[in-house]
Amino acid sequence: MIAEKPEVASPPERRFWQIFVKFRETGIIIFIVLLSVLVTLRNSAFLSADNFRDILLNISILIIVALAQSMVIITRGIDLSVGSMIGLTAMMVSYTVTAFPGMPTFLAIPLGMGLGAVLGSLNGLIIAVGGVPPIIATLGMLSIYRGLIFFYSNGKWINAFQFPPEFRELAKGTPILGIPNLILFAIVVIISVFYFLKYTRRGRDIFAVGSNPDAARFAGIQIKQTIFTVYMISGILCGLAGVLWASRFESAQTNTALGFELQTVAAPVVGGVNIFGGSGNVLGVVLGGFLLGIINNSLTLVQISPFWQLAAQGLLILLAVVVDSFILRRLKRFSSKRKR
Amino acid sequence: MMAEKAPVIKIEHISKSFGGIQALKDVNFEVYSGEVHALLGENGAGKSTLIKIMTGVEQPDSGQLFFEGQPIHFANTKAAQTHGIAAIYQEPSLFPDLDIAENIMVGRQPMRRRGVDWKKMYQEAGTLLKRLGLSLDPRTKARELSVAQQQLVEIARALSINARVLIMDEPTSSLTQGEVEELFAIVRQLRASGTAIVFISHRLEELFEIADRVTTLRDGSYVDTRSMSNVTTEELIRMMVGRSLDQLFPKQDVLAGEVVLEVEDLSVDGAFSNVSFKLRRGEILGMAGLIGAGRTNVARAIFGIEPATSGTIKLDGKVVSINSPEKAMQLKIGYVPEDRKEHGLVLAMSIANNITLPVIAKFARFSWLNKKKETQAAREGSVQLEVKMAGVEQKVGQLSGGNQQKVVLAKWLGTKPRILILDEPTRGIDVGTKAAVHRLMSELAAQGMAILMISSELPEVLGMSDRILVMRAGQLTGEFSRAQATPEKLMAAAAIA
Repeated sequence: MIAEKPEVASPPERRFWQIFVKFRETGIIIFIVLLSVLVTLRNSAFLSADNFRDILLNISILIIVALAQSMVIITRGIDLSVGSMIGLTAMMVSYTVTAFPGMPTFLAIPLGMGLGAVLGSLNGLIIAVGGVPPIIATLGMLSIYRGLIFFYSNGKWINAFQFPPEFRELAKGTPILGIPNLILFAIVVIISVFYFLKYTRRGRDIFAVGSNPDAARFAGIQIKQTIFTVYMISGILCGLAGVLWASRFESAQTNTALGFELQTVAAPVVGGVNIFGGSGNVLGVVLGGFLLGIINNSLTLVQISPFWQLAAQGLLILLAVVVDSFILRRLKRFSSKRKR
Repeated sequence: MMAEKAPVIKIEHISKSFGGIQALKDVNFEVYSGEVHALLGENGAGKSTLIKIMTGVEQPDSGQLFFEGQPIHFANTKAAQTHGIAAIYQEPSLFPDLDIAENIMVGRQPMRRRGVDWKKMYQEAGTLLKRLGLSLDPRTKARELSVAQQQLVEIARALSINARVLIMDEPTSSLTQGEVEELFAIVRQLRASGTAIVFISHRLEELFEIADRVTTLRDGSYVDTRSMSNVTTEELIRMMVGRSLDQLFPKQDVLAGEVVLEVEDLSVDGAFSNVSFKLRRGEILGMAGLIGAGRTNVARAIFGIEPATSGTIKLDGKVVSINSPEKAMQLKIGYVPEDRKEHGLVLAMSIANNITLPVIAKFARFSWLNKKKETQAAREGSVQLEVKMAGVEQKVGQLSGGNQQKVVLAKWLGTKPRILILDEPTRGIDVGTKAAVHRLMSELAAQGMAILMISSELPEVLGMSDRILVMRAGQLTGEFSRAQATPEKLMAAAAIA
């Protein structure tokens, strides 16, 4: 008996479509180009180098945290406490920096990441060991960490004049080719996360656990450790983000990064990370964050009333997701017709 | 021949219970290197639990496990894996978002200094796939594979860890005859190289072909271990069910009535073309062929899931256009799909909700459900099909495969169809349930229902059908009456150009 073998050879004209379809980011890139063209028509300042630099500065912190959020989402989880973790580390690090003005300011970075690791590990323990559903656990921690900011600061803000002058250089310094540190940090995180997800076993386990938890168990993957890891990484990156936030805005407030979690979820979703887990990639998340940055920026440039900006922002995000899935579906259908 | 060496795996007096239900009672089992040892029993007899204990997924309540004569305890799957114990589970357990290569190597990806060595991974995966005669690109995502291909990828995974013990839980249930032969060739090759193989299948004829010894379980208890060479089919069935089954294929002879469904030159671009046949009242029309021959596509076209791109469908001589399952149901057509978990059932819902899903409107007045009526109907349906359950409120996901299949059937019978399309109705279910499903099909036909049955199991097609169609590569390649059909003729039509 002969079993039917799937055919492998394909005519060359099909290849182009296959590559085009397989490239998951096609839809979002089309949307970015479309939006850019429209905004430029209304206000040509959009395409200036200054504006571009401005957009990148605005999205650097978002992309750092959105990448952490993506890893959590890929394991079928969600981390709603990111805004509070950023706020708490920003406050604690700022306090330390202002209390010990003699301390080398770069130490603020490992300090913030260390603090974040503790906060994230706590989330990880509650979820991986305690078995509490991520959305509930992190919703609780969102309030607890935010409450700790008040407890720690007695409700007092730390303002620009209190910081040592070198502290602002952490985010705004331009040691290499005039590129601000903030953007460099984002680039380092992008590369590290890419490497981690693609080239380490633990990184691959993240996809396996999210794609099919039962199969992961059968395959001997350490599910609890994997889940713990993503929440801990989320904490570490939020710690980094907290330090950068305090440095960039030269303040630590009780409402620092309040509500930030929404954007950190929006960027991955716009960038094609499956909200039900299992798939997603770094490039998509970066593009998603970039798109959010362009949306915020362009709403100001085309002079939409500030009263409408939030609603317009939400509308554009929804539109991006719809356009993306529409294009994707169209392409898939087109290529599968050719396949047969 | 194997007396001088200790068995690779030996299980002594193992017991295990889950929440008060005794899954295993004092069970013994052993398998030697170079042996294919079959594990036999109805669904729910405890085979799956026994496997889970051998693979470290579950730990026994009492009893002892031995690995090469030494007492051992597998705390988790990783521990069992390091001892070279691999398992292929009944339902493909792949990662749909990962590609073939990674599915094979997951958790053991080849590493080099700078991390996962993707190039090597694709090379090794490609070699393994070739060994299994699969010409697939190892970069293909698992979600794009057919069920049969997924199963073969799992076998590749087991091969890749050079398993000392390979446990195969119904590896053949989703394979066609040809693929089964290929699989057996691989199993024999592994046996010759000294691998111990635990083989589970409900197809007894396969056990005679491949197994050396057989151990039977019934209701969680050990029945007996016998050599395959001196045991008969009847004995095996008796050991399994504790009574002898009447006929395995109880097809009643029914005089086929008038034509109810007529399909003319039906085509779906890229799937099948110019398929024509007639289906009569009271008839069971079998549809044989290899997986991927387009049989399921024909069923999906008739049921309106993937409407035909050309050709006509006539009901009672009148041309109808079926462009959605709703339309098909209005026309009294029922369809029981092949993959019950994907398309047939909502596992997280109760038995009652599943059964009444397609006919829910019947129990509603002004959009309010009459819960009592619904439960009543569900109870009747499940009693008719002898579903073994705690009650109709039980979640379907908790039932065994055979009982899930009965629920799917009850669901569609509740729509009172005149035409019922069954796609692999007994895939992966035990002999007892299988016989029940066959009896039911026969009764339904006797009551005048027209049944189109797609099946890759030749004995089933031959035993149950009044007439048999054969498809190959999207074409109808043969039609045989019950009297004409032989396995050779069917396979010739299914496989040879």
